[in-house]
Amino acid sequence: MDPRLITAIIVVVGVPGVLVGYIWGTEQLLRIFPERAKPRIRPWLWLAPAFAFLGLFLVYPTIGTIIRSFFSRFELNQKFIGFDNYIWFFTSSDALNALKNNLLWLVFLTLFTVALGLLVATLVDRVRYESAAKSVIFLPLAISMVAASVIWYFMYAYKTPGEQQIGTLNGALGVAGVGPVPWIQTDTLSLNTFMLIIIMTWMWTGFGMVIISAALKGINPELLEAARVDGATEWQVFRGIVFPLLVPTLAVVSTTMVITALKTFDIVYTLTNGQFGTQVVANLMIHEMFTGFGDFGKASALAVILLLAIVPIMGFNIRQFRAQEAVR
Amino acid sequence: MTAVATSTSQPVAARSWFGRHRGNLGLHTAIVILMIIWLIPTIGLLLNSFRSAADVNNSGWWTALFPPYDFSFNNYASVINQNGIGAAFINSLFISIPATIIPIFVAAFAAYAFSWMEFPGRNLLFVAVVGLLVVPLQTTLIPILRLYAGLHIHLGPIQIDGLNGQFLAVWLAHTGYGLPFAVYLLRNFMGSLPREVFESAAIDGASPVTSFFRLAIPMSVPAIAALAIFQFLFVWNDLLVSLVYIGLSNAANLPLTATIANLVNQFGGGWELLGAAAFMSMALPLVVFFTLQRYFVRGIVGGSVKG
Repeated sequence: MDPRLITAIIVVVGVPGVLVGYIWGTEQLLRIFPERAKPRIRPWLWLAPAFAFLGLFLVYPTIGTIIRSFFSRFELNQKFIGFDNYIWFFTSSDALNALKNNLLWLVFLTLFTVALGLLVATLVDRVRYESAAKSVIFLPLAISMVAASVIWYFMYAYKTPGEQQIGTLNGALGVAGVGPVPWIQTDTLSLNTFMLIIIMTWMWTGFGMVIISAALKGINPELLEAARVDGATEWQVFRGIVFPLLVPTLAVVSTTMVITALKTFDIVYTLTNGQFGTQVVANLMIHEMFTGFGDFGKASALAVILLLAIVPIMGFNIRQFRAQEAVR
Repeated sequence: MTAVATSTSQPVAARSWFGRHRGNLGLHTAIVILMIIWLIPTIGLLLNSFRSAADVNNSGWWTALFPPYDFSFNNYASVINQNGIGAAFINSLFISIPATIIPIFVAAFAAYAFSWMEFPGRNLLFVAVVGLLVVPLQTTLIPILRLYAGLHIHLGPIQIDGLNGQFLAVWLAHTGYGLPFAVYLLRNFMGSLPREVFESAAIDGASPVTSFFRLAIPMSVPAIAALAIFQFLFVWNDLLVSLVYIGLSNAANLPLTATIANLVNQFGGGWELLGAAAFMSMALPLVVFFTLQRYFVRGIVGGSVKG
């Protein structure tokens, strides 16, 4: 039998066993303490496993990365080099191009997914096959970005003019009598980056739709009916009542999309690996880590830049979400 | 897109209106067009995954819609046997199942403590845990990679010389990464359970361990199901974590996502095989999606702050 299968069985049965045993064990341990001390000690024993994981895999490495970003590349003979890695980021053409692309991702992925999510949620709210329509739009969110990249390869595939086109878009262009376009290789006006953004839009519109749709269902129908009775058109009802009530939800969806855009990695890694001018910060970081001897200093600086960009947005997101929860 | 614009600008009646009338043609057209646009990419790849290499490389997938029909499972057969996709599928399972189970247990303990135990700094610590949602995975990669590389344990049968390349490396990392969201989701659910249930159990002499396993866990099943689906799909679909902690040291342990991503670069011409590989990687997520969509949606709506 595959030794890994044995390991897996041990893990799947053993780890829950160990964890349940741990909690049961803490209760036995607590017996040696006086009755009054128990409630004061018990919570910490229940929290300990979670805090150990969070400390080791999130807190410690984040601090480590921040420190590492001020040091030179070599693991032996590391030198403190101050802000040199950050100066590199703002002066090298590779890094600046990645920054520019991340900004494109940030603006347009957010715009596309929020606008389309709002549109789809509003439209399907009015038809009886709502759940079927939502399933179709939502489906791509369940698959991996790698699978989505392979799916979209055949949308964008390019053959030289004269050959029969195998890509959907170029096939359609051919029917319209227009020559084929190398979608993924053309970086004029960042065309290829936009093509990659469309893949993510295809995946994430369902996310915006589901959340916006849930908020739509939460709006009191009597409110809308009253406006309709007063003679408001459907557009006026949407503009004057529905949209203002949706603004907090749209803010939550937008911030989530901004963060997703900043962390863009899988699709770029799979389809172009940063070539043809499509580089993004997260892929550049992997490139710095594993190309040649690697430069963990520069890679760390790139990670810190992502962190600094995400923290304020996430802070806003959490506050917004808690405020919304409080209203419910 | 003009159809969409007209349907929103025209008066559209409320839901009850549809029972008596045919409905708004513009609205239906717009929705059906959107559904078709969303389905076309997947349908194209699905058809191509059943076509021969010559067909895939010389004609568009839409030509397969017309006779003569020439579909086969050859791509699936060769991708499973020759290109390591079968092994990668097993690896994905080996990685995803423990990486889903471990964080749920750890998070449930913490969520119970945050919900039903009194201790100083409770709210502050909970906010700190949720605050860790801001940390992008990228910030943690390098120190953990170095920590794993320096780990040497020799204890009887346990012989560990560096964790990189091992499944354990990914299980542990995914547990850490998944915890802030898991604690957040479970604590919100457990905290909203009725207080009287726990109070009367305590009066009847039930220990916190009994209350946890007999009351809190059974009552939290909907939240746990949503979390399990979410974490499973997150790990199954992950590329970055397995690429970094397994990728360089032990390609034989790579999951489907990383294997396919690497094949994309090597293949050049063999895209008909990648279609079959991609559909194998989508099989489980799609099953999960169609059978448990309700829980999945609930997880997304309840957890829209996950970074």
